[in-house]
Amino acid sequence: MGAIGFKFVVFIVAALLVIVSSLLMTTRKNPIHSALWMIVTFFAMAVIYLLLNAQFIAVAQIMVYAGAIMMLILFVIMMVSLDNGAQEQKRFPMAMGTRLSWALVVVVLLVELMFAALFYQATAKVGSYPAEAVASLGNAKTMGMLLYGKYIFPFEIASILLLVGIIGAVVLSRKNK
Amino acid sequence: MEQILKILDIEGVRLAVGLLAVFLFVVVNALILTWAERKVAGHMQLRIGPKEVGPYGLIQPLADAMKLLGKEIITPRNVDKPIFYLGPIMIFIPVLVAFVVIPFDSYLQVRDINVGILVILAFSSFTVLSILMAGWGSNNKYSLIGSIRSIAQSVAYEIPLLLSLLAVIMMTNSLSLKDVVVAQKGIWFIFLQPVAFIIYFIAAVAETNRTPFDLPEAESELVAGYHTEYSGMMFALFFLAEYTNMFIVSAITVTFFLGGYQGPFLPGIVWFLLKSYFLVFVMMWFRWTFPRVRFDQLLNISWKALIPLSFINLLVTGGLLKL
Repeated sequence: MGAIGFKFVVFIVAALLVIVSSLLMTTRKNPIHSALWMIVTFFAMAVIYLLLNAQFIAVAQIMVYAGAIMMLILFVIMMVSLDNGAQEQKRFPMAMGTRLSWALVVVVLLVELMFAALFYQATAKVGSYPAEAVASLGNAKTMGMLLYGKYIFPFEIASILLLVGIIGAVVLSRKNK
Repeated sequence: MEQILKILDIEGVRLAVGLLAVFLFVVVNALILTWAERKVAGHMQLRIGPKEVGPYGLIQPLADAMKLLGKEIITPRNVDKPIFYLGPIMIFIPVLVAFVVIPFDSYLQVRDINVGILVILAFSSFTVLSILMAGWGSNNKYSLIGSIRSIAQSVAYEIPLLLSLLAVIMMTNSLSLKDVVVAQKGIWFIFLQPVAFIIYFIAAVAETNRTPFDLPEAESELVAGYHTEYSGMMFALFFLAEYTNMFIVSAITVTFFLGGYQGPFLPGIVWFLLKSYFLVFVMMWFRWTFPRVRFDQLLNISWKALIPLSFINLLVTGGLLKL
C-alpha cells in the first residue's frame, strides 16, 4: 500500500469519472447539460495529469479547455439555439449506410488504439524527462524548454493552424456584408 | 509559539487550519465590505450611510445577514433544478483555490505551488461558469442576457489580464507567488511595470463585474442580471462571492505590483491587508466616479485598446530584459 496504493485509487476514480462523464456528455439531450458534463471530463483528466507529475499540463488543461474553450462553446450554444436549447434536438438526417460506415471507422480507430496501448506500451516508456528531472527543473520551465527547443517545428505548425482558424472565423462572420 | 508553528508544519493540519481560516475570512470580509460600501457610497453622495444598528452602523451587515438567513428559499417553477442549485455553490471553488496560494505573509500561505498564479487564473474562469449556470438555470430572459454579457466580457478581459501579469512573470522568472513577492524586495513592480499595473487593474474591475463594467447585473435594465431569481441565502452566496472576488483581485494586484506583504515597521500581514483594502476602496471609488459604459464600448476598450497595449508592453519588457 502506501503512496502507490493511494495514487492507484485516485487514478481509478478519475478514470471512471472520465468515462462516465463523457458517456453522459454524449447522451444528454440538453446541449447545456452536455457541455457541463464535458467540463467534468476535462477536470477528471486534469487529475490524471497531476498523477503523472505534470502539474503545468494539468493547470493548462483546466485553463484552456475547462475555462476558455468551454466558455466559447457555451456562448455558441446560447447564441445559436436559444429557442430550442432545452427541447429535444433534431437528429442528424443520415442514411443507414453512412451511419454504419462512420461506426466502422470509430471501431477501427478504437481497436487500433487498444493494440497500440497493449503491445507498444507507448505510455509506460521512461523518456528523457522522468519525474525527478522535471521536479528539479520546475515544471513550466521544462515545458518551455522542450516547446521552444526540440519541438519548435510542431509548435510553429500549431500556431499557423490557429492563425488560419482565426482568419477563417473573421471571414465567416463577415460573409453577409 | 514554537510548538504551534511545529504543529502547523504538518501537511494535513496546515490544510485544515487553512480552510477554516478561509471560511472565516470570507464571511468577515463580506460583512466588513458591505458596511464599507454603503458608508463610502453615503459619504461620496454627502449622506452618512447606515447609522442606526450599532456605533456607526457597524452591526448593520450582521442584521442584514440574519434577515437573509431567515428568508424562504424560493424555487421558481420552470428552473433547471440541478444547474440552478449548483450555480451559487460553484462560485466558491475559485475563491477557495485562490486563498490557498496567496501569500498573506512570509509564513501565512497554505501551499506555495510552483505554478501558483496559473492555478488562480485557471480556476477564476469557474466564476463565469457558475454565473452562466445561474443565468441558464433560472429560465429567465433577464438572467440569460446577464450571463451572456458576463461571458463576452470575461472572454475579452481575460486576455489583457493574463498578458499584463505575464510581463511581471518575465521579470521574475517564476510562476510562484512567493517568488514574485521576494523579487520586489528592492523596488515594487508598479514602478517598473506601470502600464501592466493599469491594464491589470482595469481588467480586474471588469472581471469582478464592478461599475463601470457591471453590465451583467445592471440593475436599471436587467433587474439584477443572473441572480434575479435567487432568494434568501442563495442570493447571499452570490453577494459573498462578489465581495470576496473584489478582495482576491486586490490581493493579486498587491502581490504582483505593490510588494506583497513587504513594508517597514508593521508586521507583513498588516501591510498586506492595508494595501489590499486600499485597492478595494479604490474600486468602490470607481463606482461613484465613472458612469456605466455601453456594451460596444466595453468590448472596444478591451479588444482595441487594452490587448494591443499589453502586447506592446510585453514586447518592450522582453526587449529590455534581453539588452
